[in-house]
Amino acid sequence: MNKSMAHRQVLTAAVLLVAMGAAQAQDATAQGIAKYREMLQDGNPAELFEMKGEELWKQKRGPKNASMEQCNLGKGPGVIKGAFVEMPRYFADTGKVQDLETRLITCMETLQGFKSEDLYKAADSYGKGESANMVAMTTYVATASKGMDFALPQTNEKEKTMYEVGKRLFFARGGPHDFACATCHGVDGQRIRLQDLPNLTKNPGDGVGFAAWPAYRVSNAQLWTMQKRLNDCYRQQRFPEPKFGSDATIALAVYMGVNSKGAESIVPSIKR
Amino acid sequence: MKTFLKIALIPLAALVLAACSSSPTGADLDQIASQVTQSSFQANGQAGMDRLQQDDANRLCSAADVAGQPLDDKTAQAIEAANLKTVKWPADGKFLGDWKNGEKLAQSGRGLTWSDKAGSDNGGNCYNCHQITKEEISYGTIGPSLYRYGTLRGVTDLNSPAAKAVVEYTWGKLWNARAYSACSQMPRVGHNAILKESELKDVMALLLDPASPANK
Repeated sequence: MNKSMAHRQVLTAAVLLVAMGAAQAQDATAQGIAKYREMLQDGNPAELFEMKGEELWKQKRGPKNASMEQCNLGKGPGVIKGAFVEMPRYFADTGKVQDLETRLITCMETLQGFKSEDLYKAADSYGKGESANMVAMTTYVATASKGMDFALPQTNEKEKTMYEVGKRLFFARGGPHDFACATCHGVDGQRIRLQDLPNLTKNPGDGVGFAAWPAYRVSNAQLWTMQKRLNDCYRQQRFPEPKFGSDATIALAVYMGVNSKGAESIVPSIKR
Repeated sequence: MKTFLKIALIPLAALVLAACSSSPTGADLDQIASQVTQSSFQANGQAGMDRLQQDDANRLCSAADVAGQPLDDKTAQAIEAANLKTVKWPADGKFLGDWKNGEKLAQSGRGLTWSDKAGSDNGGNCYNCHQITKEEISYGTIGPSLYRYGTLRGVTDLNSPAAKAVVEYTWGKLWNARAYSACSQMPRVGHNAILKESELKDVMALLLDPASPANK
């Protein structure tokens, strides 16, 4: 079946399910989305991002005309399988705890000769220009760990500090609405409107919460990485904007990632 | 044997202490988290850096959440007393507006994000967390159900002396929820100027007016 037609049909079905107006509407909606995900298993648009990412990974680019194939994502140069489910982690060469997205920038700088400040600037225009390339490579690398369980290291002192900082950020109330991450994601079984909210203070289950990203978002036809996910959470929290790759975003990812220990990554997943 | 145990324990204790002194303490981590917060965010649109500043209520409740311990009674009562003082009662002494507009405000979750135009109308965000009417099935569950809020509290005549206490409590709760529950998750809708006085009256009517669908 034509993919975009399949999208439309299942979306229509989901809309109808919402319109049913019965007490089971929420279950029906969840089932509709689950069915939608199932149908798209062989045609998830995220695959296009993954394919583009693989091409970019192997392509010689940048002032040094080099590929990313020797990038060290924590498991040695060139090893991408299993790297994502152990990130963010500490990297001795930068002396920093880095997530996949900021680590890619390190590799693009050291291997390919791009300027990291240019790349951070590009990342602010999400999904455009060089940001689109970084999103694609993030999807490619992350997808190499599909089906693996999250197991972030907590051996380095900086990794432990980042976890504790992330925990403090998670519970920090602020802004005109006094919202913290924990307002919505602090306990089990709550929802906003009909949207289920994962409890991110612990492992919320396979492919749920931290283990569901990067994901293709049907509502805006974009591939969202964890950096983008956190950015939009803070927007809705009415906070000022977190800078791309900032320590706050890394610390929160460490907090959620460590809490998700044992959760299976279903990357790239599909979201409404 | 006893002596040997004691001697053997000394290096262990020293090791543990050494490990502790090399790791940051809770206070150190609070300090680091504060620095990370300041360096990681940037103002965007109406969402300025001032939004990161916490008043006592937010600072103390956040710390209690991190510790996983509720506030002690004395601290909680002090927060509630301070927040109760901020409640502004309706200038004209009238608490109830139009429930139809209240329903619109309850439906809207808009306003005050960096992508909203400054000065645009804010919603009340009510349905994001609460059930209110039977008709609206798309409601959140972070807050308790408010369906039949007035009816369940015996409000049949809004002008009756019997209704007065409920009406005033509800106004205070909407204005500043922390006046009644120190670490409530509910936004301080009046105190933080999310809704205007006239809009709060409309939400009041949605909850309390016997004619409102919330009480049917």
